[in-house]
Amino acid sequence: MARLVLNAVTKQFGAVTAVAGVSLEVADREFLVLVGPSGCGKTTLLRMIAGLEEPTAGDILIGDRRVNDVASRDRDVAVVFQNYALYPHMTVFDNMAFPLKMRHVDRPSIVRQVQEAADLLSIGHLLKRRPRELSGGERQRVALGRAIVRQPQVFLMDEPLSNLDAKLRVQTRTELVKLQRRLGATVVYVTHDQSEAMTMADRIAVLDHGVLQQVASPDTIYAHPANTFVGGFFGTPGMNFCAGRIVAGEGGRVFESALGRWLLPAALAAAVESGQEVVAGLRPEHLALATAADVTGRFEATVDLVETLGSEKLLHLSAGGETLVARVGPDTAVRNGASITCTADLSRLQLFDATTGDALC
Amino acid sequence: MLSAVRTRLARQGTSYLYLLPAFAVLLAFHFLPLLYAFYVSLFNWRIRQGPFLGLQNYADILTDPDFWDSLKVTFYFAAGVIPTTLVLSFLIAYALFRVTRGRAVYRLVYFLPYVTATVAVALVWRWIFHAQYGVLNWMLGFAGLPPQQWLLEPRGVVELALGAAGVAVPEWAAGPSLALVSIIIFTVWHGLGFAIVVMLAGLSNIPSELYDAAKVDGAGEWSLLRHVTIPMMSPTLFFVSVVSTIGAFQSFNSIYVMTDPAHGGPLGTTRNATMYIFLNFFEFTKLGYASAAAFILFLIIMGLTLFQMRVLGPRVHYQ
Repeated sequence: MARLVLNAVTKQFGAVTAVAGVSLEVADREFLVLVGPSGCGKTTLLRMIAGLEEPTAGDILIGDRRVNDVASRDRDVAVVFQNYALYPHMTVFDNMAFPLKMRHVDRPSIVRQVQEAADLLSIGHLLKRRPRELSGGERQRVALGRAIVRQPQVFLMDEPLSNLDAKLRVQTRTELVKLQRRLGATVVYVTHDQSEAMTMADRIAVLDHGVLQQVASPDTIYAHPANTFVGGFFGTPGMNFCAGRIVAGEGGRVFESALGRWLLPAALAAAVESGQEVVAGLRPEHLALATAADVTGRFEATVDLVETLGSEKLLHLSAGGETLVARVGPDTAVRNGASITCTADLSRLQLFDATTGDALC
Repeated sequence: MLSAVRTRLARQGTSYLYLLPAFAVLLAFHFLPLLYAFYVSLFNWRIRQGPFLGLQNYADILTDPDFWDSLKVTFYFAAGVIPTTLVLSFLIAYALFRVTRGRAVYRLVYFLPYVTATVAVALVWRWIFHAQYGVLNWMLGFAGLPPQQWLLEPRGVVELALGAAGVAVPEWAAGPSLALVSIIIFTVWHGLGFAIVVMLAGLSNIPSELYDAAKVDGAGEWSLLRHVTIPMMSPTLFFVSVVSTIGAFQSFNSIYVMTDPAHGGPLGTTRNATMYIFLNFFEFTKLGYASAAAFILFLIIMGLTLFQMRVLGPRVHYQ
């Protein structure tokens, strides 16, 4: 296994910039998830690492070797494709043996290595079948088997779970993480599914319009998003945003918006200046129905819709022209159309620059 | 229970109804003529139906050396046309597939011969092959080589080639006549466009992800061709080989137009099975006899197609 370094990697297709100067370091044995909406450039970036696309500018290093001019087959990476890309005319055994055969590994070693990989993935009984005789989950395992069989330096996975049904996807993602730990593999995993990124990653790299937005652990990404895009992308539902400005008030700086006037905690107040236009971000779980004890962060809202999810309820609210979502307990008795008083946990408030969208603290 | 049976009948009845037009056409223009040809082949049928002969026509044909010669010509012709068409069309399609700019233009250029009338272009090629005024001989002269008789040459190509080097060749090893090889060249040229278009369609059906996967797995150009392209093209290759086999065994127009039909080309060396049938039918008005020969040819083509399906079929990988 090895570390992977991307240095100002750029890819242009004609006038379109798919990836714009991405610099990133993936540590040895790290599980890094590249996440972003469709068309953000994450697959292009993965294909450049695999050697299937040539970067327009920048360097790619695997281990300590610059691989820009190294052919795909000599990079010692393995790719698990979204549609698995199994060779339909070969049996499962031959599919898994193919990369070894291409490297002129002797027959007994091929048999042993394929058998080991198959045992690891519990697909030993499928070795004589052809891909078309397999279920989606089985194909996914075979594709994985073909990747691990030759123990490459870096694993690249392009949305490998997206063709599985929801239940199998959740099950497979934990298995995949366990497998990665067991193999001690360096993995770059591409997905558009933020929950997959949150659950699987050691670190997450967020891409949007080809530009790297933030690289951090899932906890940091969730709690301290680098900008409004990251805040809105992560979480189901995403972060609530409310535009306003900072004004000087009694006892300190105050965030003034359509929701009301909220006295900012000292740490936040220090990061902003009076008169500054900002956007406040609040996670749905940091909004609640106000009690008499709540004195700060109060606002009046109308309940547009109550979504009951069993373990919790999501309240879709309208307040001062803004729409917000609050995550509340399953026993909260609120009806559609009700007028309620809410409170925001200001200690969890995030402030972003109104123009750039970048986090201010 | 009864209603369930009725529903099923109604549903299946509808499917048969949909099949009916195609079946009617096949019956009227394929199966009935086939059966009728077999019926005719059992009689001494000249202009009018004559006495019943049983299988006598078949016995006569199988003892006619001209028939065996015509089969030899047919097999030479097929052996020249089929592999050449397969290999050339695959190579050209493979090259064209990599051309990103102007692919449509190239495709059109290669397809044009196929859509031109066989008789018209065969006449043009007759001029190209003309022993005195032909472009080919002019080009040979330009290269310092002796002119050839082309469509008029009854000698075998092996005999000609080795003869030029001063080696005598026994008759059985003489090979197909230069006249037949000339027609093979024309036939390949004429049919190549169709095969290329089919091959191109086959190539564009191969998912690009398979190539990506194979490249990452360590495949070079040759391995990609051998382990991805050719196996994935197997349904297309199979289709083209079956169609061109049938086409080669039924070939008639080009031979009729390019060589002297009444005598089966120079010394009968381009008289293939269809020409043999044609001559017996129209020149000698032996309708029963010609029908019997046609029926034998039908059995040969069917046997070959079944053989291809049995032998090549299992090697075809459908996705």
